[in-house]
Amino acid sequence: MSEAITEPAVEAAVEAALAAIAAAGDAASLRTARVEHAAEGSPLARFNAAIRDLPGDQKAAAGKLVGAARARVNQALAAQEERVLAAEESARLAAEAVDVTEVPSRRRAGARHPLSLLMERMADMFIGMGWEIGEGPELEHEWFNFDALNFDEDHPARALQDTFFVDPVERHLVLRTHTSPVQIRSLLSRELPVYVAALGRTYRTDEVDVTHTPVFHQIEGIAIDRGLTMAHLRGTLEHMARELFGQEAQIRLRPNYFPFTEPSAEMDVWVTGLKGGPRWIEWGGCGMVNPNVLRSAGIDPSEYQGFAFGMGIERTLMFRDDVRDMHDIVEGDVRFSQQFGMVV
Amino acid sequence: MRVPLSWLGEWVDLPDDVSLEHVHAALVKVGFEEEDVHGAVLTGPIVVGRVISAEPEPQSNGKTINWCQVDVGEPEPRGIVCGAHNFGPGDKVVVTLPGAVLPGPFPIAARKTYGHVSDGMIASARELGLSDEHEGILRLEELGLDPEVGTDAIHLLGLDDAAVEINVTPDRGYALSIRGIAREYSHSTGAAFRDPARAVSVVPGSGFEVVVDDPAPIRGRVGAPVFVTRVVRGIDATRPTPPWMASRLWLAGIRSISLPVDITNYVMLELGQPIHGYDLATLRGGITVRRAAAGETLETLDGVVRTLSPEDLLIADASGPIGLAGVMGGATTELSDTTTDVLVEAANFDPVSIARTARRHKLPSEASRRFERGVDPAVAGPAAQRVVDLLVELAGGTADPLGSVLDASTPPAPIVLAAGRAASLIGVEYTADEVRSTLELLGATVEEASAGWAVTPPSWRPDLVDDASLVEEVARITGYDRIPSLLPQAPAGGRGLTRAQTVRRRVGAALAAAGSTEVLAYPFTTAAAVDRFEPGAPTVRLVNALDPQTDRLRRSLLPGLLDVARRNLGRGLTDLALFEVGAVFRPEAGVAGTDFIPLGAQRPDAATLDALNASIPGQGLRVAALFLGDVLGKQPGAPAVPAGIADALDAAREVGLATGAPISVAQGSHPALHPGRTAELSVAGRVVGVAGELLPAIATELDLPRVVALVELDLDALVELGATEVRAQPISTMPAATQDLSLVVPVEVPAGDVLAAVVEGAGELLEHAALIDDYRGAGVPEGRRSLTFALRFRAPDRTLTAAEASEAKLAGAGRAGELFGATVRE
Repeated sequence: MSEAITEPAVEAAVEAALAAIAAAGDAASLRTARVEHAAEGSPLARFNAAIRDLPGDQKAAAGKLVGAARARVNQALAAQEERVLAAEESARLAAEAVDVTEVPSRRRAGARHPLSLLMERMADMFIGMGWEIGEGPELEHEWFNFDALNFDEDHPARALQDTFFVDPVERHLVLRTHTSPVQIRSLLSRELPVYVAALGRTYRTDEVDVTHTPVFHQIEGIAIDRGLTMAHLRGTLEHMARELFGQEAQIRLRPNYFPFTEPSAEMDVWVTGLKGGPRWIEWGGCGMVNPNVLRSAGIDPSEYQGFAFGMGIERTLMFRDDVRDMHDIVEGDVRFSQQFGMVV
Repeated sequence: MRVPLSWLGEWVDLPDDVSLEHVHAALVKVGFEEEDVHGAVLTGPIVVGRVISAEPEPQSNGKTINWCQVDVGEPEPRGIVCGAHNFGPGDKVVVTLPGAVLPGPFPIAARKTYGHVSDGMIASARELGLSDEHEGILRLEELGLDPEVGTDAIHLLGLDDAAVEINVTPDRGYALSIRGIAREYSHSTGAAFRDPARAVSVVPGSGFEVVVDDPAPIRGRVGAPVFVTRVVRGIDATRPTPPWMASRLWLAGIRSISLPVDITNYVMLELGQPIHGYDLATLRGGITVRRAAAGETLETLDGVVRTLSPEDLLIADASGPIGLAGVMGGATTELSDTTTDVLVEAANFDPVSIARTARRHKLPSEASRRFERGVDPAVAGPAAQRVVDLLVELAGGTADPLGSVLDASTPPAPIVLAAGRAASLIGVEYTADEVRSTLELLGATVEEASAGWAVTPPSWRPDLVDDASLVEEVARITGYDRIPSLLPQAPAGGRGLTRAQTVRRRVGAALAAAGSTEVLAYPFTTAAAVDRFEPGAPTVRLVNALDPQTDRLRRSLLPGLLDVARRNLGRGLTDLALFEVGAVFRPEAGVAGTDFIPLGAQRPDAATLDALNASIPGQGLRVAALFLGDVLGKQPGAPAVPAGIADALDAAREVGLATGAPISVAQGSHPALHPGRTAELSVAGRVVGVAGELLPAIATELDLPRVVALVELDLDALVELGATEVRAQPISTMPAATQDLSLVVPVEVPAGDVLAAVVEGAGELLEHAALIDDYRGAGVPEGRRSLTFALRFRAPDRTLTAAEASEAKLAGAGRAGELFGATVRE
């Protein structure tokens, strides 16, 4: 025989349940409270089960009474469960805290060589102007490296190039002494007009020291079109200088001699922001392409003319980024590239 | 070229307050780069003194000093301590008195030393900045000087003079002379120029027999188009060279040797005409200029007996060869102290002939340098005269009528310069008057011609050969700073980087992003290093390698990476991940240049161009990486991750991803790699590279740690094989079914092959498959292993049932069973 479903009895069961729920501070005691006060066999469950034995006219009132009581208890359970879970979650988060300054890394830091980055930057500048990037072999035939560029076989300029020759010398292979063979290759392989920049490795028989290296890199530019003048040469160099060294950069041309240009000029660049203050820095050589070079490519110099220029990438990197010693650039010490990371 | 200011000022007006900086700036403006300055950094009082006494005084430090009394023209002699011993009483010396400042700067003061007050210093040539060589005291007698005691030594020795050193480009031979530089200074500044070649009155000699016998000239150019000789008799070759001449030679970088030789050098520097002097008494008959006979020999002035080439141009007399024309004289007819009669030779030799001879005999000389660059053929007569005049004036000789004049030089031909040419090439609107007057200023003759000018260059400018070279002169003399700045417009439709260029960049970025550091190693390597990686493989060899050991060009990037790794290890950097993208040089049989060079200034025909290109050994681009030490060092809660083949394979996969060419891995072999840890890398069945660990024996030999992981890939092949476009597949949003599959296979069957079989057998429903375990031991028979794969199945259009997924899985297992005898492990 079950207890009668009276309002005080139901209320007492609810009070007992709410007290137990409120006292449950963790998931386990809350589970116990649920078993004792809300689950099968709990007083409220028993009241609920007893409703069906009541006479018909009492069922509705009892049902309402017990239903409301169970709802209150379930609500309290849900609310307490939320509180307990939140408390447990924050305890867990607190326990999971780490010192973020000592979290182990799962990746190494790598780096590009700054010469590569600088060459890519320069190439992008010319691509942006609608030029193309030309290429040619490092091991070259002498014709491309010298003869086609108006270096007479007996001219002292040819001997001054400090050329690496391949054995046997009578077979006329050399390591290219400049990127200029790409000039002639570009003219031979492209339709006019030609606007090409070439970047790459070049070789001269200089021992490595603070400012020299036998293996170095150059950027070369050649533009052949109708009506190009030395003013266009200056404009191109000035644009390049400003992109690389800032808007204050200027170009100064001084007369010089190169077999493949006539007139020829040495170019200096005025660079601000250098350690030791702004100054003129010798940057490279340039000039109007010698008619004989155009003839080597089968181009009529009375119809087309243009300019060419070239500068050293190492030298540019050295004064632009304050690299003091060529050894650092060429030796492959990882600390050198790692200072640059991916930035030039 | 060094230019003493006093000498320059003799032929062109210099400002009163002339400075080295001013002269440099003026010359830079017309194209002579500044190299250096020499002299003129000391101040007086510096005077001539006579040593009265020099008492040696041994010191406690083992040295012996001289305590000297020196008469410097004052009432009392000065007491001076001197450490040198190459002088004695009676010698006239240079005394720097207190207040003087020597190069350094080194101020002189009276000071107490070795128990005396030293009231000045007796100077060496080195201390005076006169020489780098002489350590001892300068005795004025050595210079042939016997000046009054107390004379100002600064002026006496020309120490108040100074020189600018400039770089003369190889096209401007005329500027290897005071004459040429004075002219250029005049062009730059407008100062008045006096041509030293016109300051002499030329008296031609006659009666001396000179024959130029050159039936087979080099490149059709006769070896000696001009040959002038003069005779001076009765000189005293032992007279001292006057200090003004010695000082100028010294500043110009030429050692004083003897008066007659100094005079020939002086005239060469002043006029740019190399001079040779013969002791007339030793000459046998007249002179013949001819090519050497094969095997003929000549002892040159430097005492070397040289075997001559039939291309060498010789000066010969009846006795045989007596000099290498324009390069170096012979020993038998050399000027000496006993010479009294001199034959002066001022000749003009073909630049090509001289250049080849100087190179062939490795005899670059002041003379050959000038002839190679071109000497003014019209200056031979005046130069010979100037030598004669100086020998008469300074050496006490008498000019003799004997001599010869031979001049077969070709006068310069006029060049047509169109009126608008300068403007259209330079972009500056020069006036007709500007063009004309500039060219005339240079010494050219300018005549009006139809629509322009006919310009005849001066005799000293063989470099002016076409209108472009004339335009350069106009631009140069009127100033490059007049050239405006205009950005040219390349034609629209730039194509951007080529695919190969883009892909190469991506490879570099990917490897760096994955943690490797880019290096750029020299491509020079040793034959032994090549053999280690590719035994017996052909290499490109350099004839003039900087280091004879490393005279080969690399066939692979790996040896270079090993060198770089060693350098880093030597600097205490023990954990390395390196990569390089670069060219390798892999000559094929029969591809080794050509035995001809086509001419320049004309386009070779297509067949010739093809032949040139085909003769250049292959130079592919490769990418390689190296890992050693720990790829991740030990960290809190994380053990170190040591480098190994896994890193090499990952790098290969990164490159594969960057190039769009997924890399397949198979067991491989390589002579330099670990026999069990070498992977052959391929794309679509074509081998594109290798990865693995360096053979431990090689690692030991190279002082490297035992494990060095390496990978190298043919970047050109990857660019060629890589995907250029992707056809996107629709992405199914249906649920996936995941199942694991364990297969028992013989241990020798590669896991990759089993995986491939499962993928093949499972068919289209299999979306992803990965090997997750390799188990050997209890429950698996000896000689076999259990490979577990995690499989993910999905259909494009429906939810897969477990049964469908299982069916596909078993189909995969079945394929592996057929191929490798794989059984499903339950």
